[in-house]
Amino acid sequence: MDPQAIAPHIPRLRRYARALAGDQHAADDLVQDTLERAINKRHLWRPGSDLRAWLFTIMHNVFVNQLRSRQAHPEESLDESVLTAASANPAPRLEIRDLETALALLAPDQREVVLLVGLEQMSYAEAAKVLEIPVGTVMSRLFRGRERLRLLLGGAPVAAPLKVVK
Amino acid sequence: MRVSEDDLQAFVDDRLGPEARRAVEAHLAAQPEDAARVRAYREQNAALRAQFDPVLREPVPDRLRRIDASRRSARFAVAAGWLVAGVFVGWFAHAFLGASAPPPARSFARQAALAHAVYSPEVRHPVEVGADQHEHLLNWLSKRVGVKLRAPLLAAEGFELVGGRLLPGDDGAVAQFMYQDAKGKRLTLYVSRRPPGQRDTAFRFSQEDKVGVFYWIDGPLGYALSGELPKPELLAVATAVYKQLNP
Repeated sequence: MDPQAIAPHIPRLRRYARALAGDQHAADDLVQDTLERAINKRHLWRPGSDLRAWLFTIMHNVFVNQLRSRQAHPEESLDESVLTAASANPAPRLEIRDLETALALLAPDQREVVLLVGLEQMSYAEAAKVLEIPVGTVMSRLFRGRERLRLLLGGAPVAAPLKVVK
Repeated sequence: MRVSEDDLQAFVDDRLGPEARRAVEAHLAAQPEDAARVRAYREQNAALRAQFDPVLREPVPDRLRRIDASRRSARFAVAAGWLVAGVFVGWFAHAFLGASAPPPARSFARQAALAHAVYSPEVRHPVEVGADQHEHLLNWLSKRVGVKLRAPLLAAEGFELVGGRLLPGDDGAVAQFMYQDAKGKRLTLYVSRRPPGQRDTAFRFSQEDKVGVFYWIDGPLGYALSGELPKPELLAVATAVYKQLNP
């Protein structure tokens, strides 16, 4: 593979990463790790296969690794910043009206599917390939993710997925 | 036709054939709750694109473009294989843990060590142009790096110039000079243009696996002297290099 072939995909990787990771810095870290990994593993890319899907798969793997390391270091948890923001909110019942906050409250596996389909406009089969899961799992995560997002954006109280982090 | 949840999702994403689409439309006409859900999901898709599409038009930050520009350095990683695998494993582990990237000077030392590890064991083709074509070697490398280069004489330290080669680096072409002592022990001097935003530095030392690297930035150029030598010996050679380049 000519590594130059990766360059045209960077804007879309950034868009997806921004929606996935939240803030710009974390998102570009995710893109940077993805690109470094892609460059170093580019001999593993099969010529003729879908380069974009391959890059998104790498980003998925990097993202999952980051989540794992974050769980190993709970003081760095994303949830904490959400909690801090929540406690600063004077409203007695927390309502989520902003899309980015609502996305951050989705379970990461649902967030990925909602974004690959809704934002990247991948087919269900493409999303399944990128995430290395069956299409049926894509469909169920898509439904659960969209439904949770709908409730969050409709002002549903935040409860279940927020883990209290020390 | 019975309409499933998957059909509703596919309707949201316009991924149904005409017949299935008509069936879903009929279903939604009779089921206002499902119709409201489908409408909300479609609004989500539109909101996601409205919110994040502007990212597509942002200029790509330098640090992401640079990865692409430095792509060839990865080739060395493959070539060097196990010899430097440890270095890379460390690097990636570092990246995955979300720690901040090492400062450029440090990655400079690492690249020098990598290039040393790849080329110094070469028996038949350690260099592209031999020391027997001294003038051609310097003219060629100077032209490609874009700065007038000199190859220090290290005979007093027991090392003779073998020759040099051109390598790709983060900020353009990089020159590598190779030296060898009477026992066949090799040193490499890696010379690149000063990375943007970097100031002159004192000597710094970095141990990259078995390869020790002294590196510094001086005027328009960055230098890294790499070798599998005890640190004091390597420092003595680095000092000699520095003195010759700054008479």
